[in-house]
Amino acid sequence: MRIELEARGQPSVLMTWLSPVIAILLTLLFGVLMFVLMGQDPINALYIYFVQPLTSAYQIQELIVIATPLILIGIGLSICFLSNNWNIGAEGQFVMGGVAGSWVALTFHGVDGWWILPLMMVAGIIGGLLWALIPAFFKARYNTNEILTSLMLTYVALQFLDYLARGPFRDPDGFNFPESKIFSPSATMPLLSDGGRMHLGAIFAVVAAIVIAIMLWRTIKGFEVKISGEAPRAARFAGFNEKSMIYFSFLLSGSLAGLAGISEVAGPIGQVLPVISPGYGFTAIIVAFLGRLNPIGVIFAGLLLALTYIGGENAQIMLQIPDDATSVFQGILLFLILACDTLVRYKVKITGFSSRQTTGGEG
Amino acid sequence: MTRYLKYITAAFLAVMLGAGANAADPLKAAFVYVGPVSDHGWTYQHDQGRLAVEAAFGDAVETTFVENVAEGPDAERVIRQLAATGQDVIFTTSFGFMNPTVKVSERFPDVTFAHATGYKRTDNLTTYSSRFYEGRYVLGQIAARMSQSGIVGYVASFPIPEVVRGINAFMLGMQSVRPDAQIKVVWVSSWFDPGKEGDAAKAMIDQGADVITQHTDSPAPLRVAEERGVFAFGQASDMIAYAPNAQLTAIIDDWSGYYVSQVQAVIDGTWESQDIWGGFNTGMVAMAPFTNMPDDVAAEAQATVDKISSGELHPFQGPLFNQAGEEVVAEGEVLDDGALAGMSWYVKGIEDTLPSSN
Repeated sequence: MRIELEARGQPSVLMTWLSPVIAILLTLLFGVLMFVLMGQDPINALYIYFVQPLTSAYQIQELIVIATPLILIGIGLSICFLSNNWNIGAEGQFVMGGVAGSWVALTFHGVDGWWILPLMMVAGIIGGLLWALIPAFFKARYNTNEILTSLMLTYVALQFLDYLARGPFRDPDGFNFPESKIFSPSATMPLLSDGGRMHLGAIFAVVAAIVIAIMLWRTIKGFEVKISGEAPRAARFAGFNEKSMIYFSFLLSGSLAGLAGISEVAGPIGQVLPVISPGYGFTAIIVAFLGRLNPIGVIFAGLLLALTYIGGENAQIMLQIPDDATSVFQGILLFLILACDTLVRYKVKITGFSSRQTTGGEG
Repeated sequence: MTRYLKYITAAFLAVMLGAGANAADPLKAAFVYVGPVSDHGWTYQHDQGRLAVEAAFGDAVETTFVENVAEGPDAERVIRQLAATGQDVIFTTSFGFMNPTVKVSERFPDVTFAHATGYKRTDNLTTYSSRFYEGRYVLGQIAARMSQSGIVGYVASFPIPEVVRGINAFMLGMQSVRPDAQIKVVWVSSWFDPGKEGDAAKAMIDQGADVITQHTDSPAPLRVAEERGVFAFGQASDMIAYAPNAQLTAIIDDWSGYYVSQVQAVIDGTWESQDIWGGFNTGMVAMAPFTNMPDDVAAEAQATVDKISSGELHPFQGPLFNQAGEEVVAEGEVLDDGALAGMSWYVKGIEDTLPSSN
């Protein structure tokens, strides 16, 4: 006996959209089971995880603070993935954006001027863009596997940041500890409210989502993105240039990741540290898929993932539930999304040995 | 063994302090950890301190903790959330929590904060650390006695002053009994990465090192030493269970006394912001039993511990020379705490160059 997946002719549009919702509901169900096994009141635990963070203004702001980089990066990755360009190196592009922007901030440390922050943003975008240009160039020119090159460049970027924080960017008055001076006020992101940390980056994320959504659904470029991924041959016949699409998608996602990076450094961090991201560039891959590679969907996916982080911290504080529970939650969620997606597009068929001939062996 | 000692100490303190506990609302103390409580190293020992607080005060104090908190923006949110949900005392136990703790402490003037290993204080934020270099000096002395080749492998994390100070103290301890001793340093750029730590230990053993020491938190280097039949030292806690034949001793971080005294001071209303940097003499640094070594080596090590504890010996007493051979501390003087806190140079005889020194 073996289990086979058989493609459904035309996946149901309704189910395609319902699939993440079903996955989330199933995750909650697994959550209940997990909490019962841990000896917790499941309703209370789920409340603390998913509802309580939404009951205080400060925590809602924190939700947005975490979601901001996830959304900015996730939007760019959606365009990459839609056009069949597998940029796995957003983490590195995020870091290089942070590095380039910080260089501006530290060069003009103590200088007061309205132009410093915009200049930092531009530098951040360029930093991320140039870092994404490398895998794009190698893919377009030499047909290199971009998954490998972009991923490996992430580690180069992480080491480079580490070097800078311990060397050239280090605060001379900081007892040789690996961190820079705290950025001056004119190099810090304006906050959107008193008493919280929500910053200008949140607006960038929403604006980026809307602009990219319009691009994707209302312009020829958007059509080119989608057709390049779905039917590369058709795209070629239509006269679309494959190489220019590689550059377009990589540079766009690199720019957005770079912008996210400098927004994070100039926002909630406020200085250069040896590590500036708890893995946003990788988590954003989950966000992009959870959001159906749709810029507006990515906003909701980013907020949901941010919710699991904050809920996980609250659960630790209030219920003494270990941090691993949050990782388990995120893992189950991703697994179930992939499972639901697969089942929307494929039927499971259990067949006997005799069907070997008719289905043509393993593969 | 040390765990039992700790329980006995805690029980003893409980008896002493129990009378002072009243029936009012319990004081709430929270701990923020950079690693998992199960790391059997840095975070584990802080959590042992938390348990000692629970044992000492019983119902009078309620504790909670958050583990695996990333250094950076996450830390500020966690600390703030703890302050906002009614915690009275908050201990943040990693250097990278410094600026977040400062920010939150300014916003919550009624909450008491204590930050480990940092240097920024406010009216309601105190700092504390241990003089681990005292223990490292003793390790160095033992290593020099036990090594055949005279080469010791040092698994290091990051070139911050704390670690550089440890390497220097270790080297000075070695030189005190064997002037030609050598150190090999491998930087693994992590506090906790068993794979890398183990590989570093293997590489150095292959290059002739027959004693391994570490400034990283996992027991992996000890396990490698056990397999390869060389000696090693435990880190942060007694790791003898991982290397019964290889562990010579271990530096034990004992935060119990400090945490209990801070919580007591808050209860009594006598708490004040100050820098506590405790060594052997305060019990914050302790040595695991001296094992797998001849009696005379153990006796010498114990004598060194006693001398450092009484102040008769300072690991960084002159004459001290840097790598270039220039005198840094003159005969009869010792390096002051400010210079120790920002240490970023090697003593004479270490052949490594500090990464990214500028």
